[in-house]
Amino acid sequence: MCTTCGCGPAEHHHHDHDHGHDHKHEHDHSHHDDHTHEHDHGNEHRHHHKVDTTAKSITVETDILAKNNRLAAGNRTLFTSKGVFVLNLVSSPGSGKTTILERTLRDLNGTFAFAVIEGDQQTDNDAMRIAATGVPVKQVNTGAGCHLDAHMVCHAVENFDMDNLDILLIENVGNLVCPASFDLGENHKVVVLSVTEGEDKPLKYPSMFHNADVMLLNKVDLLPHIDFDAEKCKAFARRVNPDILIFDVSSKTGEGMNAWYEWLGAGARKSR
Amino acid sequence: MHEMSITQGVVEICESTAAGRRVLSVVLEIGELSNVIPEAVEFCFEACTKDSGLEGARLTIERIPGRGLCRECAEEFAVKAYYGSCPSCGGYHVDIISGEELRVKELEVE
Repeated sequence: MCTTCGCGPAEHHHHDHDHGHDHKHEHDHSHHDDHTHEHDHGNEHRHHHKVDTTAKSITVETDILAKNNRLAAGNRTLFTSKGVFVLNLVSSPGSGKTTILERTLRDLNGTFAFAVIEGDQQTDNDAMRIAATGVPVKQVNTGAGCHLDAHMVCHAVENFDMDNLDILLIENVGNLVCPASFDLGENHKVVVLSVTEGEDKPLKYPSMFHNADVMLLNKVDLLPHIDFDAEKCKAFARRVNPDILIFDVSSKTGEGMNAWYEWLGAGARKSR
Repeated sequence: MHEMSITQGVVEICESTAAGRRVLSVVLEIGELSNVIPEAVEFCFEACTKDSGLEGARLTIERIPGRGLCRECAEEFAVKAYYGSCPSCGGYHVDIISGEELRVKELEVE
């Protein structure tokens, strides 16, 4: 059983890391299975022989996300104790998250020690792109899953030397809906929106923009060529989240990236 | 479709609370601003409870309406979406005071 989160090997199906020793702990898993079978038998028994007259109501009042939140709190404690500044990057697919990361890593790799977690349903294409910058990276494939959760992150960071890390960047699955609900233990949720998307995206996907602290408006080099009202888009984002911090950037030309780097550096220094 | 993970969370909470007893019914509270679609949870519930102690349990979902408190003028009002403005002063600095709930409220066991 995992000592960090108490999970058995069967619960590791969402990610693809391979540390052999965990897989030997089959006892826990079998025990759970047996347990379930016993229940099934008991249910059938009662079902066949009597109508239950002792139904009992139990007040629960438990947050459904409590388990994720507990694991996220554990991650946060780890990150704080190791002095690591952690960002959770979220957006729709194709907004340029990976390109922003590549540029950021190439420009700041000498200044700060980075690591990256790449979340995608399938492939390690993004991890290969990050690895090419020389930064340690762990790809997490969620399979059918539409978001990263705190449990996946807690195991992904086992791959990094946390004692010698300044900044951990987590690129979530490209999806403007589901990742909004799952705390990973990050310092900030950073939402990326590109100008080739609709300017009303903050209104169409308000939960994500409400839960993010920072917004990167990407691909601003394309603004002269398209009908995208950047000011209107930012006004929409501020309606959903009046405190959101917005950077106009182009990960292609580098425009606006310095302001983002300064913010990133300030956060990393504060976390040390 | 994060409702599948949400529903798996519901099953885990119920099984741990029921401690081996069969669960007959479950009541959830889902806020209107919680980013979770009740119909999708209902859809996932059947799949997630199969072969568990919740199989066949009755699912009731109570919706909790969104309420906001304006930071500018302290007006309390119904919030349908995060981009709603204060009906009194028109401001967008609104603290959400309810509607984000996502809870297992109660369950009935055998």
